[in-house]
Amino acid sequence: MSEKARAEIADEPRWRASDFLLRWETILFGLLILVFVGDTFLSPYFLDIDNLSDATANFSEKAIIALGMALLILVREIDLSVAAIIALCSLAMGLAAQAGAGAVPLVLVGLVVGAVCGAFNGFLVARIGLPSIVVTIGTMSLFRGIAQVVLGDQAISEYPEGFETLGQDYFIKHPPLHYSFSLFLIFAVIFALVLHRTALGRKLYAMGANPVAARFSGIPVERIKFGLFVLTGLLSGIAAVLLTARVGSTRPNIALGWELEVVTMVILGGVSIAGGSGTIPGVVIAVFVLGLVTFGLSLINVPGIVISVILGFLLIGAITLPIVGRRIVAALAKPER
Amino acid sequence: MNFLLRHRELALALIIAAMIGAIGAYAPAFVSRANIATVLDDTSILFMLALAQMIVILTRGIDLSVAANLALSGMISASLAQHSPDLPVVAYIATGVAVGLALGLFNGALVAGIGIPPIVVTLGTLAIFRGLIVVYGGGNQVNAPDMGEIFQSFPKATWLGLETVFWIAAGLTAAIALFLNFTRTGRNFYALGGNPLAARYCGINIPRQFVLAYALSGAISGLCGYLWVARYGVAYSEIASGYELTVIAACVIGGVSIAGGVGTVAGALLGALFLGVIVNALPVMQVTPFWQMAISGAVILAAVIVNARVERRGGRLILPEARRSAGAAK
Repeated sequence: MSEKARAEIADEPRWRASDFLLRWETILFGLLILVFVGDTFLSPYFLDIDNLSDATANFSEKAIIALGMALLILVREIDLSVAAIIALCSLAMGLAAQAGAGAVPLVLVGLVVGAVCGAFNGFLVARIGLPSIVVTIGTMSLFRGIAQVVLGDQAISEYPEGFETLGQDYFIKHPPLHYSFSLFLIFAVIFALVLHRTALGRKLYAMGANPVAARFSGIPVERIKFGLFVLTGLLSGIAAVLLTARVGSTRPNIALGWELEVVTMVILGGVSIAGGSGTIPGVVIAVFVLGLVTFGLSLINVPGIVISVILGFLLIGAITLPIVGRRIVAALAKPER
Repeated sequence: MNFLLRHRELALALIIAAMIGAIGAYAPAFVSRANIATVLDDTSILFMLALAQMIVILTRGIDLSVAANLALSGMISASLAQHSPDLPVVAYIATGVAVGLALGLFNGALVAGIGIPPIVVTLGTLAIFRGLIVVYGGGNQVNAPDMGEIFQSFPKATWLGLETVFWIAAGLTAAIALFLNFTRTGRNFYALGGNPLAARYCGINIPRQFVLAYALSGAISGLCGYLWVARYGVAYSEIASGYELTVIAACVIGGVSIAGGVGTVAGALLGALFLGVIVNALPVMQVTPFWQMAISGAVILAAVIVNARVERRGGRLILPEARRSAGAAK
């Protein structure tokens, strides 16, 4: 007894099949396969490469923002203003287009406005130390409010030719890969590498698990948080460029309610709202699950709002079932002790 | 200045009074008795929803599903009126409240029973409740002529120059003020939000408090669902869309801390009144209603900055009287 060390430092646990199978990403991947097979049976039009390619256009813009949102939620912050940032970026691009700007300056305008909006959020949260949920509810009203004030009930829809091809054209023709979807894939790889293979990524986990301890171990918590808000703003700017180019117009209600869909992608992806856990592959799989459920159901003419009921149940069910399952397993295991 | 920061309800009341004064100087019609009554009537639903939201926020939670709950309860209540328009009005109100309560209990069960974070739960149920309106009503809307006279006239009947909807809000406010300040269960919300672990050690039944908070929020949303639909004479899937953010904004402006454990009935009411005055003043000031969103965003940011300054000063106090007596003892 006395010879035993006070604390044991465990070896890296051996690879066990049950650990792998019970990982959130594995469960999600199973769900994705189910959705894929289910959709194939539901509609004969599902397994068509052109249809699938068009389906990606509907979720890629949100998915790009979800990557930034995942990092924010990982460090216990949230940005509810992303959709409003899109509205403001789209407005700025619309005004620039009216002033005769070409495609390249338009894209730059969108990106800069997005980054500035993100910096504003980041300043209030990281520098002044305000709770991000309230700050971004405020900036959400402010940003979209500005778009409403300027636009009124009008729309801007005069965009130069070169700009509109951005949203509608393909990156590669065969197989048909939209620009937005290709960008999402590239970003996903970069984000996964940074989060899971670099020191910066480990710092984000440390910040999410215990911000105070992270600060005391020399991680510049505030500066990194500020950076993440700017990044998410910039990604919203990119989404605004793609979306504005795709629909070819700017209205005050553009991307209305997207913030909730983006947060749903991240949470379904297994990023804990309490911070400190979650992976990029998880978020990517969740993006596909949500995107394909939506696409499959719309193929069989389920109305959009009914799809949102199903997605709501999917979100709550996906989180509830593992917890309930674990409790049942624990309850069954108890009598044997 | 410090005095005002410490008594922030008073400060907010003064700001609102100054605002009303300034608007009145520009447009005297705004401060007429009739118009003040209109502002109060129009803001009544926001008063009630802000109080309900405050109880949830006190427990460190958030209820994003209130507006969707309101729309669904209102829809079901309205369709009851459509099918049987001659029931006593209590039946329609009870239907709204019962549906709202059931939806609130669903939130509460997921938060307290399963332990899912409130923001995740209510984000999901927000989508579910809204969608269920379409599933339930088949995408149809219920219009004023379908609802019947009994259903619609009740909240609009006036007494002492104010509509019934205001008197309901007043009664509910009094009840909630008594509940939060003078009952043990009410105080427990503050204790739980101030320090959940300490509250647990004090023997407070935390899951029960959670369920109660979301059930109250749901029931009040249901009540407001009936009132909203009856007052505006239309029920469909998009009513009060996004209104949950206005409700949360009212709480934040009123000094309710999103970190839990801090907030007063007077604060939440004044926060709601502030937004109500702005909404009603814009047309009088001949400003397009498009300004409303940007202004409320700027006000939320200003309020949260002030809140943070106040909260950083000193610890949180559950009972202000205790500080006074402690000061006297020294």
